[in-house]
Amino acid sequence: MAESTDCHKAQQDFPKVLILKPIPFINLVGEQYFASNKFTFVEAYDSSLPLHQFLSTHSPSIKAILSSVGAPPITSDILHLLPEVGLVVTTSVGLNQVDLLECRRRGIKVANAGSIFSDDVADFAVGLLIDVLRKVSASDGYVRKGLWATKGDYPLGSKLGGKRIGIVGLGNIGFAVAKRLEAFRCSISYNSRKRKPHVSYPFYESVCELAANCDVLVICCELTDHTHHMINKEVLSALGKEGVIVNIGRGAIINEKEMVQCLVQGEIAGAGLDVFENEPDVPLELFAMDNVVLSPHVAVFTPESFLDLRDLVVGNLEAFFSNKPLLSKFGDW
Amino acid sequence: MKSIGVLMTCPMHKYLEQQLETHFNLFKLWHCNSSITEFLKTHQGNTIRAVVGDTNIGVDAELIASFPNLEIVASYSVGLDKIDLRKCEEKGIRVANTPDVLTDDVADLAIGLILGVLRRICASDVYVRIGKWKDADFGLATKFSGKSVGIVGLGRIGTAIAKRAEAFGCSISYFSRSQKPFANYKFYSNIIDLATSCQILIVACALTEETRHIIDREVIDALGPKGILINIGRGAHVDETELVSALLEGRLGGAGLDVYENEPEVPEELLGLGNVVLQPHVGSDTVETSDAMADLVISNLKAHFSNKPLLTPVI
Repeated sequence: MAESTDCHKAQQDFPKVLILKPIPFINLVGEQYFASNKFTFVEAYDSSLPLHQFLSTHSPSIKAILSSVGAPPITSDILHLLPEVGLVVTTSVGLNQVDLLECRRRGIKVANAGSIFSDDVADFAVGLLIDVLRKVSASDGYVRKGLWATKGDYPLGSKLGGKRIGIVGLGNIGFAVAKRLEAFRCSISYNSRKRKPHVSYPFYESVCELAANCDVLVICCELTDHTHHMINKEVLSALGKEGVIVNIGRGAIINEKEMVQCLVQGEIAGAGLDVFENEPDVPLELFAMDNVVLSPHVAVFTPESFLDLRDLVVGNLEAFFSNKPLLSKFGDW
Repeated sequence: MKSIGVLMTCPMHKYLEQQLETHFNLFKLWHCNSSITEFLKTHQGNTIRAVVGDTNIGVDAELIASFPNLEIVASYSVGLDKIDLRKCEEKGIRVANTPDVLTDDVADLAIGLILGVLRRICASDVYVRIGKWKDADFGLATKFSGKSVGIVGLGRIGTAIAKRAEAFGCSISYFSRSQKPFANYKFYSNIIDLATSCQILIVACALTEETRHIIDREVIDALGPKGILINIGRGAHVDETELVSALLEGRLGGAGLDVYENEPEVPEELLGLGNVVLQPHVGSDTVETSDAMADLVISNLKAHFSNKPLLTPVI
């Protein structure tokens, strides 16, 4: 009895890692797989206290924050209430939900999901693209409704081979997409914040120019102030009536209203979308279209990725609490 | 050439039909209920010097016997399983098909089927459209990159599939009639061994007497509950009854199918399954490839009737 009390007491002394909102990934993998003898989680959502009060109460022991997509953003207000925090770990690659300037100012380290999702996200992007061009989901539905036997052959799709692919954001994910599509005999060009020195793909200064010179745009960049609504009516018109867009970045990189209008009016030929501006809300107009493939933000959702992510999250936290270098540090501070 | 009688066995592609009409004296078998007997009631059998068939209606012994002046069969397909090749050879009838121009599209679809099944893309599209995302997250799929891929038949299409799968970091192995000297992939002389060793088994060989039902219960069980089967060959490559029961019983993890034993019929039991992707035989069905195939059919016919070598001869 005494032993277990000691254990329990010891755990209570562990540094706390704050979670603001339930993280689906933890539930999917299983909470027990995040157990560590270096830290313990404290869940703000489990408390009946209003958030600010909860944070003030626990702030002395909260040393790190685990943030995820869809959770409340880690703002300067929140960081102000948690002066002991030295690390923010995110389960995503994107960091648009974290006030990075404030973290830097306070010397708070940041770790993200590094490149562990790159393969899965790139795979999914290619899958969405093939689906849109070859009408895989649409004709799968056609078969399931028994229409092949009654209505005859499904309308022809469009060949992937030879298409000019424009990658928006040539980071780990963009590069992985490019490498895959090259095997399908596609040609690759890209737009990024800066030209990449050791890359032979043609670089375009503006995303509009990229769109004008390719048949497919694949959005692989981060959501920042600069990239917010970067894909708008102008870019989509440049992409053209035969053009297809695939988004596995963030919904808000595309001006969704304008994209929907372009699709409705046939200004572009189709879209493969894993992300939307107001998930889980999806513009109703898209539901009627068979040249659009929709998925519920699952480009990273494989057990293999999740186990890798679990290792990375736990690894980063344990490294931090052991004063060792982070596994996937973001930023130069 | 406008007087040369060419019979098209069924509607295949509007552009092909138009081209045949432009260059030859085209007869459409489906205007006679797709029946040779009906056709011969109103047409002279000896007017037909060429037949254009496809994977639906090809050229069998009955057709060959009905058209004594038949010189060439130009198939709007690469597969030759619907053509009585022995009879053609016996009668000195030339045969041409459409290789190469459709290789990329079929290989692309194979990868599309893999991703559709493993990453549940089709299922998630349905999930979003019926409004389920608002209630709950979709759940996990399975990673494709890095998985082991086994290819049955390392011909043009099999090789193209291998090249694409390699870009996803997959390991490639294959089963073929004989080992391919140029291929850097692991060769299995036994299809059971191939199925045991891989997670994704892809059928990409020609349909012959030897390969009929090459995917049987034993192969399916060797592939196993975590394995998936992709068929872009012919429906008859797979024992469909065994495939259905394996999927229903969970002995096979999933399947991506473009072909079936009795097209356009698809086993009803498959229609409700979330771990299958079903395509209506669309392997080469893009505008670009359909036109390229049509051009090749026309070119072969023109070459033959100009006494020039066929571009893509089989016999």
